[in-house]
Parts: sequence; C-alpha cells; structure tokens
Amino acid sequence: MAGLSRRETSAGTPAWLEWTLVGLGIAALLVAPFLVYPIFLMKMLCFALLACAFNLLLGYTGLLSFGHATFFGGAAYFTAHAVKVWGWPPEAGILLGMAGGALLGLVMGFFAIRRQGIYFAMITLALSQMFFFFCVQAPFTEGEDGIQGVPRGMLFGVLDLNVSLNMYYFVLAVFLIGVFAIWRIVNSPFGMILRSIRENESRAISLGYSVANYKLGAFVMSAALAGLAGSLKAIVFQFATLTDVTWQMSGEVILMTLLGGIGTMVGPIVGASLVVGLENTLATSGFPVTIATGLIFMVCVLVFRRGIVGELYARLLKRQGKH
Amino acid sequence: MTMIFGIPVQALLGQLLVGLINGSFYAMLSLGLAVIFGLLRVINFAHGAQYMLGAFVGYLLLTYLGIGYWPALILAPLIVGLFGIVVERLALSRLYDTDPLYGLLFTFGLALVLEGIFRYYYGVSGNPYAVPPLLAGGTNLGFMFLPNYRGWVVVASLIVCFGTWALIEKTRLGSYLRAATENPRLVQAFGVNVPLLLTLTYGLGSALAGLAGILAAPVYQVSPLMGSDLIIVVFAVVVIGGMGSILGAIVTGYMLGLAEGLTKVFYPEASNLVVFVIMAIVLLVRPAGLFGRDA
Repeated sequence: MAGLSRRETSAGTPAWLEWTLVGLGIAALLVAPFLVYPIFLMKMLCFALLACAFNLLLGYTGLLSFGHATFFGGAAYFTAHAVKVWGWPPEAGILLGMAGGALLGLVMGFFAIRRQGIYFAMITLALSQMFFFFCVQAPFTEGEDGIQGVPRGMLFGVLDLNVSLNMYYFVLAVFLIGVFAIWRIVNSPFGMILRSIRENESRAISLGYSVANYKLGAFVMSAALAGLAGSLKAIVFQFATLTDVTWQMSGEVILMTLLGGIGTMVGPIVGASLVVGLENTLATSGFPVTIATGLIFMVCVLVFRRGIVGELYARLLKRQGKH
Repeated sequence: MTMIFGIPVQALLGQLLVGLINGSFYAMLSLGLAVIFGLLRVINFAHGAQYMLGAFVGYLLLTYLGIGYWPALILAPLIVGLFGIVVERLALSRLYDTDPLYGLLFTFGLALVLEGIFRYYYGVSGNPYAVPPLLAGGTNLGFMFLPNYRGWVVVASLIVCFGTWALIEKTRLGSYLRAATENPRLVQAFGVNVPLLLTLTYGLGSALAGLAGILAAPVYQVSPLMGSDLIIVVFAVVVIGGMGSILGAIVTGYMLGLAEGLTKVFYPEASNLVVFVIMAIVLLVRPAGLFGRDA
C-alpha cells in the first residue's frame, strides 16, 4: 500500500504556521454564517467530517473502503427514525446514529479485512450495495420517499435547533470535536501502528501486532465518525433518503479525499468544500454532476495523486529543502 | 401440475432460466474482469459502463444507420474494444507502477463520465431493442416455453466463455499472456512486446464487455444505468470465485446466476441479496475465494 499513501508531509511545515492556519480557519467558520447561506455551510461541514473519517481509513491505514455510504446513510436513517418516530431528543438520536454506524462498521469490517487491497474495496462495495437493497425493502426507511419531516428539536432540552444559527454552531462544534478526535487518533500510539500497517503490513505482523484487530478498530472508528456526520446531516436537512446509501455517495467521499489530499489532515476538508461547492454550482447550470465528478476523478488520478493540499505540502517541503 | 417442494415445476424452471440468463452475463463480465486483472492488475470499474456502451452502440447503429443485430454483434465489441485500447494507451498505461487502487479509481471516474454522458442525452428510462427476426418467437420444450432469443444468449455466452478460455489456455498468444501474468519482465526480456500485450488485453476485456452488452440489449432495456448495478454484483462474483482462474470466473458466474434464480422461487425478497450473502459466507470459510490462488 506504500504507493498509495503519502508520508505525513505536514511534519515539515513550522508548527506556528500550522496553528495560525487552524486558528484562522476556525475564526472564518465562526463568522461564515453571516456571509454565506448557513444550510450550504452545514452541508459542507457534514461532508467534510465524513471525508475526514474516511481519510482515517484510507490515508492513515491504507484501506480503501468503497462502502462509507452505508455508515453515513445508515446513521442518517437511524437518527431520523429515533427522532421522528420515537420522539428522541436530537443529541440522543445522533448518538444512536453514531452507534449504529459503528455497529455496521463492525459487521462490514469483520468480513472485509479478510482480504486486502483491491479485494477489500470490492467487498466493502458489495456489502454496501447489500445494505442499499436492505434499505430499499426495509419498512422503517419508508422506501423511495425516505424519512421526511424530521424535527430538529431542542438540543439538551434548552437550545432550539430550529433557529438557523443555533443549528449552525452546533454542527460546527460537532465537526470540530470530530476532527479533533481524528487528529488525536492519528497521532496516538494506536495511530502510529495504523501507519506502520499502511507502510508495511507484513513487517507489522512480524513485529507481533495483531494487524487484523488494528484494522478492524480503525474501520469501526471511521464508521462511527462517518455515522456521526450522517446523523448530523439528517438533523440539519430534516430527512434521510436512499441517496445517502448509494455507491455513488461512497464514490463521492473518495473523490473529496483524493482531491484534497489523501493522508493529510486538512485535505479532506478542502476537498469536501470544493466538491460540495461545485455540486451547488452545477445544480443550477444543468451540466450533469456525474460527468464533472468523473472527470475530476480521472484528472486527479492521472495528474496530481497527492491532491491539492498534499501537493502544496510537497512544494513547501521542496522549497525548504533548497535553503 | 407437477410440484417440487411445493413449487410448480414451470415456475421453478422459468426462474432457473432467468437465473441462467443472468448467470451468462455474470460469467462473461467476470471473465473479462479476470482477464484484465490477471495481466494489468487493474480492477476495471468501467466494465459495467463498457457493457452499457456495447448495448448503446447496437441501439445507435440500428436507430441512426439502420444496421441490424447481426452486424452489430461484431461491430459493437469492436468499437468498445477500440475505445478500451485508446483508454489504455492514454491513461491506464501511465498507472501501472502506482498502487493498483489508482487503476480502480481511474476506471471508476471513467464509468461515471460514460454513464453521465448517456444519461444526459438519453435519460434514465430504457430504450427497447427488438429481438432479431431470426430468433423471434419461442420453442415449446414440452415442460416449458423457451423464448428463442434467451436460448441463444445462453449458447452464445457459452461459446464466448469457452472461446476466451481456449484462447488463453490453448494458443501461443495465450501462453505469452499467461507467462506475462507470472513475470512480465522476464517475458519482455525474451523479446515479447509486453506493453502491446497489455494494450490488447485491455482491448479484449473491453470487447468482451461490449459483446455482453449487445447480447443483453434485446433481453433488458438499453439504459444508461444497466451497467452500474450489474457491475457491483459481478464484483461480488469475482470475490467469490477468486480471480486466479479463468475457468473459475466462468463457473462461478453461472452458479451464482442459478442461485439467484432459485432464491427468486423460494424467497423472492432475498433474491437481490443472495449473491452478497454467498460472498460473505465464502469470505468466512475460504477467504481466498473458491478458485482463488492469491489470498
């Protein structure tokens, strides 16, 4: 998998620069809803979290999952059902969705980690298609219509999420917590072992690590976080539909990560923002979205496999090397 | 009426026939995937799109040029094969020394573009393609009624599958191909033009998908989405069979088609899921796949 993964290039950028950029980013997100349509921003944040969760698997463990729509869309269904039909408060619904995503990840991961590389991708794709068919037939998903009119409700019984800004800052808070969690995982001893598996799986095995368990652990964490993103999306948009469990959705997440930069912290966020922005633009132009995403895929793979952020890091490192 | 396990024989045989037809397409497509993967180490996600392309080439030839089924049966695979050769030369050949996952991602993008283009011009609803007059009608086999065209699909797919198998296992070109699968560098050192072999292999694999597409055109509707749903099932077939053997891919394809047909008789709700369930079971019992060599 060594060819796929990029070494963590951010190590070369000065720490103060990174923290300044992170601070600026957060500040920008705090004022953004006063400048940009909040629903669009929230959509962006949900997908950015999803892409980061996906990147935990592809970028740091070297596993290409073609089934992340299952966790994203599945969790959206669970949350929507719990909040609408059982009348749960939003925070409980989101936790349930996240747990559901983790559970689905445990099942899918259990089967998928039995094979490597390309087979892993195909197995996750097949299992996620199976989940799609399940969702088409299961009564609680309400078929083609999806679960509509999910109430946003009162967060912790006090904060009214129907107020757009309240909703936005809640989404932002969850997004930041999610990304922080991923950052912690990646930089923990556990994350180091994941990276060693990515770089050289046989060596990790020979060093005595039970690689299968670590892979499964990473898979479940990634699924749980993808589920968190899906649950959040269900509350924001107040519906959960079949679109979120299709293989096209899984492909879209891969595109976001690839475009931004596989194996970088910021890359998936940049990629997700660009893809969501592009889709919003195309939606009004009449140009088919699939053609655009397909073309970006081909160009990314052929021309800049490091992605936008990965490419920037590489340039920066090169320049530093010269001095 | 004769019954087996409480199911009328006619219904059982009817569904088995449908299963056999589906199995024919699984076999042809997984065969193409296996041939491409064997040499190029690329999982051709665009295989479903190329199958769709084959069907559409047939449909367009008929609609705009009045070229009928039989010439299209030759032309469609040829055109799709040429398309494949161009794709391999322009793009895939640049990806051989990267991780195999990039080949998967590139062909995924290609599939999206192809599907998107046809969807833009022809919408999502299917276009009918008439059964050629020679094969119209059906034959009464005594125990059931067999539409002639469906019988032809089964026969044709068997010819295609075993023709490809013979090409790879029994001819000189096939022996180069197998040798290049084992050790491309050594084969190149012996003076075989391996890059050309790779190009031709991708062309052949694409042509197989195109042929399956034109065969499928009269059975299913010609629609831009006909390939993408099928290809995921074929991926599961490939995981079950393992891509180590050509014969394995063929046999697994037919078997799973039949399994699907049987499920439709006994438990229709699960007929979409049965291939995936079998895949999960095979992964538990024999992770390398039924005919797999590489784990």
